[in-house]
Amino acid sequence: MSTLDTTLEAHTDEHHGPASGIGRWLFTTNHKDIGSMYLWFSLLMFLVGGCMALMIRAELFQPGLQLVEPGFFNQMTTMHGLIMVFGAVMPAFVGLANWMVPMMIGAPDMALPRMNNWSFWILPFAFAMLISTLFMTGGAPNFGWTFYAPLSTTYAPPSVTYFIFAIHMMGISSIMGAINIIATILNMRAPGMTMMKLPLFCWTWLITAFLLIAVMPVLAGVVTMMLMDIHFGTSFFDAGGGGDPVLFQHVFWFFGHPEVYIMILPAFGIISQIIPAFARKRLFGYASMVYATASIAILSFLVWAHHMFTVGIPLAGELFFMYATMLIAVPTGVKVFNWVATMFRGSMTFETPMLFALAFVVLFTIGGFSGLMLAIAPVDFQYHDTYFVVAHFHYVLVPGAVFAIMAGVYYWLPKWTGHMLDERMGRLHFWLSFIGVNITFFPMHFIGLAGMPRRIPDYALQFADFNMVASVGAFLFGLSQLIFVWNVIACVRGGRKAEARAWEGAEGLEWEVPSPAPYHTFAEPPTLPESLR
Amino acid sequence: MGLKIIKTIGSGVGLALLAPASLHAEWGLNLTPGVTDVSRSVYDLHMTIFWICVAIALVVFGVMFWSIFHHRKSRGAKAHHFHENTLVEVIWTLVPVLILVGMAVPATATLIKMYDPSEAELDVQITGYQWKWRYDYLDHELSFFSNMSTPREQITNAAEKQENYLLEVDRHLVLPVGTKIRFLLTANDVIHSWWVPALAVKKDAIPGFINEAWTIIDEPGIYRGQCAELCGQDHGFMPIVVEAVSREDFDVWLMAARAEKEAQVQAAERSWTLDELMQQGEQAYLRACAACHLPNGGGVPGAFPALKGSPMVLGDVSAHIDIVLNGKAGTAMQAFRDQLSTAELAAVITYERNAWGNSLGEAVSPAQIARLLEPAEGEGEQ
Amino acid sequence: MSSSTYYVPEQSRWPILASIALFLLAYGAGTLMNALSAQQGGGLGVALLLAGALMMGLILVGWFGNVIHESRSGLYSEQMDRSFRWGMSWFIFSEVMFFAAFFGALFYVRVLALPWLGGEGDKGVTELLWPGFVAEWPLFNPPDSARYPGPEAVISPWRIPLLNTCLLVTSSFTLTLAHKALLRDELIMVRRWMTLTILLGLIFIGFQAYEYVQAYQELGLTLQSGIYGATFFILTGFHGLHVTLGTLMLMIILGRVVLGHFSSRQHFGFEAVAWYWHFVDVVWIGLFLFVYVL
Ligand code: HEA
Ligand code: HEA
Ligand code: CUA
Ligand SMILES: [Cu+2]
Repeated sequence: MSTLDTTLEAHTDEHHGPASGIGRWLFTTNHKDIGSMYLWFSLLMFLVGGCMALMIRAELFQPGLQLVEPGFFNQMTTMHGLIMVFGAVMPAFVGLANWMVPMMIGAPDMALPRMNNWSFWILPFAFAMLISTLFMTGGAPNFGWTFYAPLSTTYAPPSVTYFIFAIHMMGISSIMGAINIIATILNMRAPGMTMMKLPLFCWTWLITAFLLIAVMPVLAGVVTMMLMDIHFGTSFFDAGGGGDPVLFQHVFWFFGHPEVYIMILPAFGIISQIIPAFARKRLFGYASMVYATASIAILSFLVWAHHMFTVGIPLAGELFFMYATMLIAVPTGVKVFNWVATMFRGSMTFETPMLFALAFVVLFTIGGFSGLMLAIAPVDFQYHDTYFVVAHFHYVLVPGAVFAIMAGVYYWLPKWTGHMLDERMGRLHFWLSFIGVNITFFPMHFIGLAGMPRRIPDYALQFADFNMVASVGAFLFGLSQLIFVWNVIACVRGGRKAEARAWEGAEGLEWEVPSPAPYHTFAEPPTLPESLR
Repeated sequence: MGLKIIKTIGSGVGLALLAPASLHAEWGLNLTPGVTDVSRSVYDLHMTIFWICVAIALVVFGVMFWSIFHHRKSRGAKAHHFHENTLVEVIWTLVPVLILVGMAVPATATLIKMYDPSEAELDVQITGYQWKWRYDYLDHELSFFSNMSTPREQITNAAEKQENYLLEVDRHLVLPVGTKIRFLLTANDVIHSWWVPALAVKKDAIPGFINEAWTIIDEPGIYRGQCAELCGQDHGFMPIVVEAVSREDFDVWLMAARAEKEAQVQAAERSWTLDELMQQGEQAYLRACAACHLPNGGGVPGAFPALKGSPMVLGDVSAHIDIVLNGKAGTAMQAFRDQLSTAELAAVITYERNAWGNSLGEAVSPAQIARLLEPAEGEGEQ
Repeated sequence: MSSSTYYVPEQSRWPILASIALFLLAYGAGTLMNALSAQQGGGLGVALLLAGALMMGLILVGWFGNVIHESRSGLYSEQMDRSFRWGMSWFIFSEVMFFAAFFGALFYVRVLALPWLGGEGDKGVTELLWPGFVAEWPLFNPPDSARYPGPEAVISPWRIPLLNTCLLVTSSFTLTLAHKALLRDELIMVRRWMTLTILLGLIFIGFQAYEYVQAYQELGLTLQSGIYGATFFILTGFHGLHVTLGTLMLMIILGRVVLGHFSSRQHFGFEAVAWYWHFVDVVWIGLFLFVYVL
């Protein structure tokens, strides 16, 4: 059985450190390497999408057309949305999951390491394809990240075909990533780590992964129907053949709404790890957190038409979707209250991760409130497709999802690099971001209510003041992200040595292993520490 | 007072200095109460929900900042080790539910009011085009297009921007006050959305389908709105202007509008000089064609073909006329047969064949177009 | 199943190569479609597409080759086996959702869109735009019959489709029998039952192909014949692809049976494909009901 020996050979010597050179990254099956690649990729995409946002803000600095043509402005809006959602936020969460889930549950690695590597490496190619459309004749997709038919079919530039295939690739990547995470969490937990002992980050990711597997294929389905309408003469979205443009919106939002929770549930998880750590107090209401997350996930399948209140839905439908949407406030509220209760009578300190976590709780909740206002169908007739909506989703996405990601990165960086980060720089980054984000997005509530539609390159004079403020804020916020880039690199390069338990109050398996975590954690399943038994 | 609280929040994030600046702007910082019964209840609903959220925020953030201040390690706080309490958890699940029910009741009432099916006295069909609106007064065989009238110079910052920058059109939608008006919304190409904040009417105009909306305007006045669904390049440049007038004035206006139509027919009969046509043509071109084909006829590579030196334009005249009249299916090129008057059609075609170095010299006469339009008359809408 | 610790494979070249292959496939397909729609030759597209397909094929062989080899070398523990099972089940769930999107479209059109176009229901006013249009299913006269000429006739469920239903359902049983035999380590019977299953699959595909030809040549039922054709072909088409893939996988598994890869104790590869086959079967039942019969 010589074959057996050789493989066993390979098998054993794979317990040494990482391979050297570029090959390490191209061929790796190590969850830490793959996690790092996801995170770097997401950072790059965040910067690209952010620069597009800055282009948008620059054009909107003043009324009148200054920098770009309306057509190109629409391309920027579209690409910004797509890149931020699919390129920045989602990969960042997958990256964090790759790094932390195995360490948190005591697994040697992800359940399916080779597929894990594939899930990642599809992404750079998918986005290369998406971004290449900017240089094609007719320009990049210009129909918004929601690509409503028929603007995205009959009236779309030729590049839409590549856009569709790029979406397909991203879908494949996410689905495989999600399958891997589910398999890992369900199957690779250390002995004694029961489901109700699972760290909340794992719980939220487990449910997120379920959402991904449920809705990514639906997205694939809807872009496939577009492809058929564009190239094969079908009439899914054309009344002339018996179809309906609104059909597109139903299918898209059946994906789209769960998608927005895909972008927030892991954030909830991160926050639920960080707040207890810096309040030096166990998370309040663990069980209710789990149930709340689950109910949010289930409800998220029943609310999609709240994005479509103005398409002319029959009264009964309008009411149903309004009520269902409002209900989501309840489980989300439970989470917010639990976080506050965790801080209550704790013993808090305010290192950078905690600062971001606290900002998350406040600003996400504000975003949630505007969401609730949008949920009120009759009033949404006034809000819909205005900057009030833009304000809403940036509050839940930027100081929501993005702040949570940054909080997570700052929280776990010591574990990854073995160095504490420069706290002063961290705080500087936080305060600039906090101020910047509010100056950017708060005024958008006003211009939205005052009647400024979204997706316009030029606007009436009464919106001028607040647009100028928002643009200034955007550049402030944007540039302060350079400090983040600097912080991360500095922390990788060096800094004060971090102990195994880098933060005094931090609990969980990941803090039992040395910092930096060895290339292969838990070759043998660990025994759980006191706090988890 | 709604304004006040929002402004205080505004100042909270350092906007106090700017808030006053935009107060004398037309719409200020908040929704308008508007000029219809519905718009007012929408406004009230909006404020109610807003205040409830503010209240909840004060409580939640209040507790949070209180503990942030008092339960910090630096003040020697020791962590207490409680981590669940079924009673409070039940309470803070049920209380929000009750609050939500409290919101749902007025919301439902308003929504039902908006869906009121009762008969309307006036039917107006509204059709969205890239990038203009068409209004058909169904029971008064009157129909016309409404284009943005803000001059290009203002948009490109070559000229001073006027008060109603981007919110002014060549022909207002004139409506009588105190009358129940039903809007039948549809679109010719992509999805648009017809929105006039003061009426609290926003409904999508969907190609191939008709959406209904209605309003009863209380006060005469000019109410401005915009297209609210991304519909392509000039989505930002297809405003809506509603002019609400007394019923008497409305009838007078109807008369005038019909008379004008007549005049246009007359105009088509008489003979035109090349110069006249070129003049008319340039105006019509800038209004109807320049958005895509550009004022210099250069077009946009990959999106909109150039007309300057285009074989189509310089080629066989009947083909040129046909594409202008009937458009090209499946492209952004629309049928202009009933968007422009007969004379304008002739003028625009003449202009395209003789402008920007296209110099065929020969003119297309309105009469010629009129003959082509006759047979198609019967076809009617769509 | 010997090794006690969880097997973490060493570095592998397959994933990155597979990403490149996927990219070529996608980019090729896109280029080809754009070329065709613009009435240009699709040379480049075809080239990329084929390159990608070929590359992907080789990779799959190599990749699964590794997996099989490792499995044969007894590197996989019970736990690893469970990972595979979770993986396959969730993959199938994602496939279910993919089809759900198209079924959803079908229901939406039939229950809401068409009646509205025909003047019934909340958006009934729409009929102003389509005077004379009657909502019916199957839809023989789409609203704009000039651009979407409806089919003259549609395929009757009680001939080939019914037959196909029997074929697929039977194939599910034969496959189960094969599994039972495998559990009893009666490899000869396994081969027999699997061969039969594959045959049934092939006949099914043959009939589908024949049906398509008929639809296009005799019935005028095409992708362009309005929403009926669109939903019909997208649902049956993707199902057909899945059957083809399933049959292919069954053939490979049969090969592995012949090579004696499977035992009553260790045969996840077999089960995975079996699950997939049953899933394809269930989807067909749905198709038969909602696309053909109702
Ligand atoms: C991370 C992403 C994220 C999250 C978490 C949310 C959360 C919510 N969203 Fe948002 N939403 C988006 C991302 C997100 N949204 C995006 C991207 C769009 C625009 C898409 C596009 O068109 O481009 C959008 C658009 C959008 C719309 C459509 C607007 C329009 O186009 O007209 C609506 C309407 O109902 C809505 C509602 C909600 C609601 C009710 C929540 C709720 O989940 C919020 C719940 C939270 C709270 C309510 C606060 C905390 C709760 C308490 C403190 C308890 C007590 C409170 C009460 C009892 C009120 N969202
Ligand atoms: C998670 C998602 C996400 C994130 C993080 C952001 C971040 C930002 N977004 Fe937005 N946005 C969306 C998701 C997101 N957005 C979506 C879905 C839409 C809807 C699209 C549509 O309508 O179809 C939208 C639309 C949208 C609009 C409306 C456009 C329109 O309607 O026409 C605007 C306008 O101001 C805007 C602004 C911003 C700004 C200023 C940021 C800032 O927070 C960005 C800050 C980041 C940076 C500026 C990068 C920082 C780095 C540098 C500056 C240095 C770079 C150099 C190197 C070191 C390499 N976004
Ligand atoms: Cu029309 Cu936007
Ligand atoms: Cu939503």
